[in-house]
Amino acid sequence: MIEIDHLSKTFGPITAVDDISFNVAKGEVLGFLGPNGAGKSTTMKMITGFLPPTSGTARVAGYDVRRNPIAVKRRVGYLPEGAPMWPDMTPAAFLAFIARVRNLSGSDAEARIATAIRRTQLSDVLQQPIDTLSKGFKRRLGLAQALLHDPEVLILDEPTDGLDPNQKHEVRELIRSMAGTKAIVISTHILEEVEAVCSRAIIIANGRIVADETPADLAARSWRHNGVSLRTRTPDRVKAAVSSLPDVGKVVAEGGDRIFVGARNGASIITQVSAALREADAEVEQITVEQGRLDEVFREITNPQQAHA
Amino acid sequence: MHSIATIFRREMASYFATPVAYVFIVIFLALNGVMTFYVGNFFDRNQADLVAFFSFHPWLYLFLIPALSMRLWAEERRTGTIELSMTLPLTTGQIVVGKFLSAWAFTAIALALTFPIWLTVNYLGDPDNGAILAGYLGSLLMAGGFLAVGSFVSALTKNQVIAFVLAATLCFLLVAMGSTIVLNFLGDLASGEVADFLRSLSVMNHFSDISKGVVDLRDAIYFAALICLFLVLNVVALDRLKAA
Repeated sequence: MIEIDHLSKTFGPITAVDDISFNVAKGEVLGFLGPNGAGKSTTMKMITGFLPPTSGTARVAGYDVRRNPIAVKRRVGYLPEGAPMWPDMTPAAFLAFIARVRNLSGSDAEARIATAIRRTQLSDVLQQPIDTLSKGFKRRLGLAQALLHDPEVLILDEPTDGLDPNQKHEVRELIRSMAGTKAIVISTHILEEVEAVCSRAIIIANGRIVADETPADLAARSWRHNGVSLRTRTPDRVKAAVSSLPDVGKVVAEGGDRIFVGARNGASIITQVSAALREADAEVEQITVEQGRLDEVFREITNPQQAHA
Repeated sequence: MHSIATIFRREMASYFATPVAYVFIVIFLALNGVMTFYVGNFFDRNQADLVAFFSFHPWLYLFLIPALSMRLWAEERRTGTIELSMTLPLTTGQIVVGKFLSAWAFTAIALALTFPIWLTVNYLGDPDNGAILAGYLGSLLMAGGFLAVGSFVSALTKNQVIAFVLAATLCFLLVAMGSTIVLNFLGDLASGEVADFLRSLSVMNHFSDISKGVVDLRDAIYFAALICLFLVLNVVALDRLKAA
């Protein structure tokens, strides 16, 4: 659905996006991760036809954004960063305007507006000027605008920014409910969001793609992957019992009565560890296997020096 | 056409959703009254025409039109709504024309609301209503020219104050270009043909005939060309802005 081919963007001496390529198929939810200024928004602006690329091409549904901008824009629903909207309009007038721009009219337009309002739960604020709305309502109105015409491609720049936990949950549910029928790209800083809704994650740093895999694979890069976290009243006995096991790496005390037993090279160590603990007669109150932490992997990949320090 | 009309409607609604429309219309009408009756000595002239009314329009528009046009693009750039506009299935040209026509129609409304002065001359005397109609037409054309200039300038900056000052300056140059003050100032640089050329580009040159009721096709073409030129520049400026 989306094909990005050697896309680059420079602003004077600054290279914001540096030769990136990836495809997004229908049914995929791609999480676009990266530190601020990594080039996430710039890439999205190029896919949606707001910024022309310095080199490379972006295609949506086979249409080149530069040659056929209108064809691309018809097929894309876009929530720009910060959800900009005309402050003096009401949400009702705003959505009616978007419907007209999208060539929807009559009962079709009304039905789609009603659906978008229901999905984003905007019905209470329809007649309030946009500049009096809270951040959460504005963001949801931006989403309603993006999905109004039921596009094949959705590009959402930080869709949950500024929302409270309940609203975040609702937006994620909304994205998940649309996942099967569309190609969706979302950018976010929130790593749990990637685990919650994305089928694939791309990490971008300094304008380049540094990782492109499923969130689970990404988490598996963590040194904690397959490690065992346990709570015990006899930490010394536990340490003695497990540290000599062949597949066990680092063993760290993590404050209070918690101990983390790292797995060497991500090997599965839970059976070995639990057998050793039973043998040593250690008192263990809780034991869990970790999948790895996305935030650690993210830091490691995007900022290697600092992650080790 | 549908797209231009959609933009037109959105823009027009936004004038009346904010105090912009009301403040503009009230100030426009009040200044028109002051200029016509006090500065223009409407009554002392003792003539049933609206020359005293129209002759101040270039100077009124000089700062009122930039006040209207400054927000057209600068505000969209500042608030980021330009990104929304430009990623909807619309061309830059459609948005530029839609916004311009909306602002122009709005000034037409303000101008139409000066009708009491027309009623006044018709009550007091027996004016040449054809000449008055021509005056209104010329005034509207001039407003359109200034608006196109202002719209273009507004696309160059995020700052509305800068947009206002630049537009007012450009409009002033257009008005004053052919005046004796400017020509004298330029001295030998602007003699003979150069002076004629500058005078022929001046708004005053084309407006003064129309305001007296003489509609010359050349004057209409002048304003139409002015509008087209700056709207094209406006589109180019926006597309270049995106490419930067």
